[in-house]
Amino acid sequence: MIEKAFYGSKKYWAWIVFLFILLGTCFHFYLIQFSEGLTITGMSRNVSWGLYIAQFTYLVGVAASAVMLVIPYYLHHYKAFSRMMILGEFMAIAAVTMCMLFIFVDLGQPMRVMNVLLYPQLHSVMFWDMTVLGGYLVLNLLIGFTTLEAERKAAPPPGWVKPLIYLSVLWAISIHTVTAFLYAGLPGRPYWMSAIMAARFLAGAFCSGPAILLLLVFLAQRFVKYRVGEESIKALAKIVAYAMSANVFFLLLEVFTAFYSRIPDEMNPFKYLFAGLDGHTALRVRAVLRPGLGIASLAILIPPQSRNNTKLLTVALIALVVSTWIDKGFSLIAAGFVPNPFGRITEYLPTFPEIMIALGVYTVGLLILTVLWKVAISVKEKTAA
Amino acid sequence: MDSDKRRFLRFMGISTGLVIGSGFLGGLSSALRLGTKLGGSALAAQGAVSGSLISSPSALKAGRWAMAIDLRKFKTNDDYRRCIDACDEIHNIPDIPTGQEIKWVWEEPYENAFPEQQNHYLEKGLKDKPILLMCNQCEYPPCVRVCPTGATFKRRDGIVMMDYHRCIGCRYCMAACPYGSRSFNFQDPRPFIKHICPDYPTRTKGVVEKCDFCAERLDKGLLPACVEASNGAMVFGDLDDPNSDIRKLLSKSFSIRRKPELGTQPSIFYIL
Repeated sequence: MIEKAFYGSKKYWAWIVFLFILLGTCFHFYLIQFSEGLTITGMSRNVSWGLYIAQFTYLVGVAASAVMLVIPYYLHHYKAFSRMMILGEFMAIAAVTMCMLFIFVDLGQPMRVMNVLLYPQLHSVMFWDMTVLGGYLVLNLLIGFTTLEAERKAAPPPGWVKPLIYLSVLWAISIHTVTAFLYAGLPGRPYWMSAIMAARFLAGAFCSGPAILLLLVFLAQRFVKYRVGEESIKALAKIVAYAMSANVFFLLLEVFTAFYSRIPDEMNPFKYLFAGLDGHTALRVRAVLRPGLGIASLAILIPPQSRNNTKLLTVALIALVVSTWIDKGFSLIAAGFVPNPFGRITEYLPTFPEIMIALGVYTVGLLILTVLWKVAISVKEKTAA
Repeated sequence: MDSDKRRFLRFMGISTGLVIGSGFLGGLSSALRLGTKLGGSALAAQGAVSGSLISSPSALKAGRWAMAIDLRKFKTNDDYRRCIDACDEIHNIPDIPTGQEIKWVWEEPYENAFPEQQNHYLEKGLKDKPILLMCNQCEYPPCVRVCPTGATFKRRDGIVMMDYHRCIGCRYCMAACPYGSRSFNFQDPRPFIKHICPDYPTRTKGVVEKCDFCAERLDKGLLPACVEASNGAMVFGDLDDPNSDIRKLLSKSFSIRRKPELGTQPSIFYIL
C-alpha cells in the first residue's frame, strides 16, 4: 500500500523535494546545536524550557484530537466522518512523531535518550509521557493501516481492530492528561500548578487539532479530486466551536481564581503576559493578540450562518490556531518560569537557530503527513472509482 | 502471493514483538541490577567492606545532613565571598557571564530569597541583606521525583546527588525545583574555568548540576568547603543526632527555611 507514495504528479514531487531541501537546511542548525550545546537557544538558567517543549505540548494536543473523529464515527456510527477518519488518524501519527522529535532536540545529552528506558523511573511523569506517546503511535499506525487496507480490499476490518479503537479513545485522553501532569504537579510554578490544567489542555486540543485538520483538508482538496464531504466539515466545525468555547471558559476560570484571590504568585504570570511586569513586556504583544484572535474566531464559529460559510470558517480556523498556539505553543511555557523563585523576571525569546530547528521538526511532520495522506487518498480514490 | 505477504507480515509482527519485549525485559533486569547496586553501596556506607568499595574510616556519617546559616555572623562582603569562592574553586564552577550561568552557592537579597516574607516595614537593612543560597537538600525533593532516569537521587544520609553520566539534560528537575538551585550546562563549561582543580570532575555540556553538600569532602572526613571558609557562621551536622552542634544551635535560636509551605522539608536553616 505504501507504494502509492512513490507515484505522484509533478507538483507532488516538487513539494517532496522542497520539504527535503528545507529539512536539510534545518538539520544544519541541529548539527550546530549538537556540537555547541543548547547555548545557541534563547533559554537560560531561569527559563530552562522554551520553544521546543512548548511545541511538544501543543502537538500532543493535535495528536490527541483525532479522538474527536473516532468517538462520533466508531462510538456513535456517525458515517459522515468515514471520508475524514483516516486523515485524522494519519495526522495524529505525524503529530506524535513531531512530539518525540521535539523532546529529542530539547535534550542536552541526546545520545543518552535510551537511559529513560534503561533506568525506568516509575515516579517520573516524563517516563509515563514517553510510554503513552509511544503506545499512541503504535495504536494509530495499527488502526490506520489496518482499516485502510480493509477498505482497499472492500472487506470489513478484522475484528481485533475494534477493541484497539476503543482503547485508542482512552489512550488519546491519556496522552494529553499525562502531558498536563508534567506541569500541573510541580511545586513552586504557580502558573502551571492548577487542577484544571489537563481539562484546559484537552479543550484546547479538541479545538486546535480539528481546526488544523480542517485547514489541511481545505489545502489538500485544492490538489486532489478527493472530497471529505460537506456534512463532515460542518460537523467538525461544530465540534471546534464547542471545544473552543470550553477552552476559553477554562482559561477564564483560571483568571478568576488568580485575580479574585489576589494572590500575587497566581496573578503575576497573567500580568506578565497581558500587561508586562516591572517593565518586562517581551511577550505582551503576543499575549494580547491571543484573546483578540480567540474572540474573533468564536464570533465566527458560534453563529451557524458564518460557521457554514467556508471562507469565513477558514478565517476563523486560522485565527483559532494562531490564538491557541500563542497560548499553549509559546506563552504557557515561558510564563511558567516568570517570575522565577526569587521573584525576578527573565525574558525569553527563541533565537534564529532555535526557530530553524523547530521548523525542521515541523518539516519532518509535514513529510510524514504528505506521504501518509498521499497513500490514504490514493486508496480512497481508487476504491471510490 | 497474498499468502506470502501474510507470512511475511506475521514474521515481521512476531519479530517486532520480540524486539519490544526483550527491550522491556532488558529495562526490567537493569532496574533489578540497579537495586542490587544501591543495596551494595548502602552496605559500604555502613562501614561494611564489599568488594572494592571500602569506606574510609575517617569519613563523616550522619542520619540526615543539614546546615544552619547564622545570618547574624555575615557582616562584610568578604564573609560571603569567602564561602562562595571556596565552593567555586574546588568544584570547578565556570564563570559564565550570561543568563546561562552555573551557580552552586550564591547570594540574593533577603526580599528575593524569601519573597513570601514581604513586609514594607522590615527591620532596617534586612530587605537588602544578602542571603547565601544553595541546594536545600530537601527531605522530599521534587527534582528526584521528576527525574526520568534516576540521574538525580537522594542518599540515605539525605544528600541529593547528581550522576553526571546518566543525566540526559531534559531539565525537568530545573522546572521542578522550587528554589532555583539547579544549573544546566548549556555549553562546554571548561573554557570558563579559571583554574581547573584536579580533585573534582569538570562537567560536560548538556547536564544539570548543583550543590551536593561536598559529599566528596565528607568521605575524607572534611566539612563542606563553604562551612570551613565561613569561620563558624555556618554550622553543619546531623539532624538525627540530638547532641549535634546544629541541633543545639537550632534549639536555642529562631530559624526559618525557604518556602516551608511546599512540604519539601529543606535541610538549610537560616538563623536571623
